[in-house]
Amino acid sequence: MKKYNINHLRELESESIFIMREVAAQFENPALLFSGGKDSIVMVHLAKKAFYPALLPFPLVHIDTGHNFEETITFRDDLVNELNAQLIVGSVQESIDSGKVAEEKGYNASRNLLQTVTLLDTIEKHKIDAALGGGRRDEEKARAKERFFSHRDEFGQWDPKNQRPELWNIFNGRKLMGEHFRVFPLSNWTEMDIWQYIYLEDIKIPSLYFTHEREVFYRDGMWLANASFMMKRDTEEVITKRVRCRTIGDISCTGLTVSTADNLEDIIQEIAATRVTERGGRADDMRSDSAMEDRKKEGYF
Amino acid sequence: MDENKDFSSKAYLDMELLRFTTAGSVDDGKSTLIGRLLYDSKSIFEDQLESVKRASVKKGNEQINLALLTDGLRAEREQGITIDVAYRYFATPKRKFIIADTPGHVQYTRNMVTGASTANAAIILIDARNGVTEQTYRHSYISSLLQIPHLIVCVNKMDLVDYKEEVYEEIKETFSAFASKLVVKDIRFVPISALKGDNVVEHSKNMSWYQGGTLRHILENIHVGSDLNHIDPRFPVQYVVRPISDKFHDYRGYAGRIAGGVFRKGDRVMVLPSGFVTTIESIDFYNESLEEAYPPMSVTLRLKDDLDISRGDMIVKENNVPRVEQDIDVMMCWMNDKPLQPRMKYHLKQTTNDVKCMVKEIKYKVDVNTLDRIEDGNDLKMNEIARVSLRTTKPLFFDSYRQNRQTGSIILIDEATNNTMGVGMIV
Repeated sequence: MKKYNINHLRELESESIFIMREVAAQFENPALLFSGGKDSIVMVHLAKKAFYPALLPFPLVHIDTGHNFEETITFRDDLVNELNAQLIVGSVQESIDSGKVAEEKGYNASRNLLQTVTLLDTIEKHKIDAALGGGRRDEEKARAKERFFSHRDEFGQWDPKNQRPELWNIFNGRKLMGEHFRVFPLSNWTEMDIWQYIYLEDIKIPSLYFTHEREVFYRDGMWLANASFMMKRDTEEVITKRVRCRTIGDISCTGLTVSTADNLEDIIQEIAATRVTERGGRADDMRSDSAMEDRKKEGYF
Repeated sequence: MDENKDFSSKAYLDMELLRFTTAGSVDDGKSTLIGRLLYDSKSIFEDQLESVKRASVKKGNEQINLALLTDGLRAEREQGITIDVAYRYFATPKRKFIIADTPGHVQYTRNMVTGASTANAAIILIDARNGVTEQTYRHSYISSLLQIPHLIVCVNKMDLVDYKEEVYEEIKETFSAFASKLVVKDIRFVPISALKGDNVVEHSKNMSWYQGGTLRHILENIHVGSDLNHIDPRFPVQYVVRPISDKFHDYRGYAGRIAGGVFRKGDRVMVLPSGFVTTIESIDFYNESLEEAYPPMSVTLRLKDDLDISRGDMIVKENNVPRVEQDIDVMMCWMNDKPLQPRMKYHLKQTTNDVKCMVKEIKYKVDVNTLDRIEDGNDLKMNEIARVSLRTTKPLFFDSYRQNRQTGSIILIDEATNNTMGVGMIV
């Protein structure tokens, strides 16, 4: 590396830190959406670096579907303690119990879509005016069109055809009452960048990302975790396999990778060799060609 | 096909980032070119290819329509056009690339301007059969206006002109003559066939007369280190870090991203607008203390003296100060269907500064196809570019855009809707 050049990971890091500081400076009441997955863990790490030695100037918000891997919740609580941060939990179960949303039925039922309602309620209840998310443009083609500062109207909706122009590093966070922003500091990161950064910075991640034995069953070309609330067909046999998560979402839609990778170097090699995108294992994206765009318009993450 | 990807972390950390932009429509072979760069660097995955194949069949396309890879919105896929900027990512063992892929027609000038704003390089695609066209002029002018340091002119579809050297040379000559009107540091030419793969990743066997590098070789090797300003120290204060804790009781740090020059520990610095002079006590980055910092690093500066400094202020060197003025001239590109007119008022953002401004005058418009000046001071409509004079409520600290893309750029925001209406490069 030549003098006065910084490598691409440090440049991405610097860009993300700049975005987070813009959010803290431009908004009254920002929050960081925390799912317990690797991207939101990297987000927390970057926020820590952006504001050190002060504490995070915003709370973490977790939208809990009630169908989480247990490890995710333990990890979340440990991290919150360590950071001395504030945690806000929005419960999908509560949204169901209060009749705001109806649980999907059938074999492919998932609470993924229902999260949107809980998320928007949580944003409204806590008067959050900027929600920082870990979305990346390389994840999905609708996300590739997303701005860093993504405007949401008073219904929390995204209007992809009418987005604000975003140039240089000037970010327009002005809004009317009731509107809010979703902000994506990791927009320019790829899956590989995230893993290399976790390795470089020695960031702690949940054990789910490393190979472990788990009860699984096979459906529509992917391995899903067995759980009491997952409806299984007679033909779907539960067996034990060594698997790991490539992404962590709600149990009902997280495809597992059969893998022996038990350390970061092996995971990085596995990602380098894979020929399928990480969202290729997400049942929520496979519902239609525009599944992500449609959910995002409604106010999804 | 190509070398094994080395993803050992040591190699990965030695990679630089290059952002480049492309403009064009399906007919130019832009999507084919991007598709090939992505495909040959193994950045298209099986499930993405499958989904594009399915969509192509559904649309009745005979061949796989690679445009569907980047046209991410439903409306774009339905209408077969690129509406917005799409960002695509790929890496070779040498560099990581971010492509800002934009539509090329004149009614999308604003999207091209957006894609160009952060680019180190622009790929200008010329169809070898048609030669230099209005679109070539437009794309090149926008690249020059936005001060993209490197232009890579790809003469595409060489297979359709029998790989003739004369065709390439003639286009090169015509373009070079035109380019003398532009302000671009570095222009390269490469004859390619995106469809057949000639000179994209591998040297063409059909054009042995071409001695230069392939497109990918050029992208991997153009020197980007000098693209940022390392001469004029500029630090726009973004956020004040005040922990107010037992351990860091008196800590007061000024967080921001270096916009120009090099700052060193112990440097004498001046704070604008107050004009106070003090010394850099420490350059903090998380729990480290750095000896020096330069663009595009995000750091936190601590100063010897306790001064009143807040967001929007700028830390500079005593002997190298930016312009501090309330009257500025900008080359403005209008982004909204509500036109700009003299006497209108807007919010203005520049670095971390927020002020209001009034439009004094539209001096002239530029025809983006011919570069001719048009005397028309009535209004500035969407996708038009003009030289505009503004008066701000408070002085701005700025450099000309040509000197510094960070401190020389502004955006205008509508006071009622808060939409970003126009973007300007300070003259």
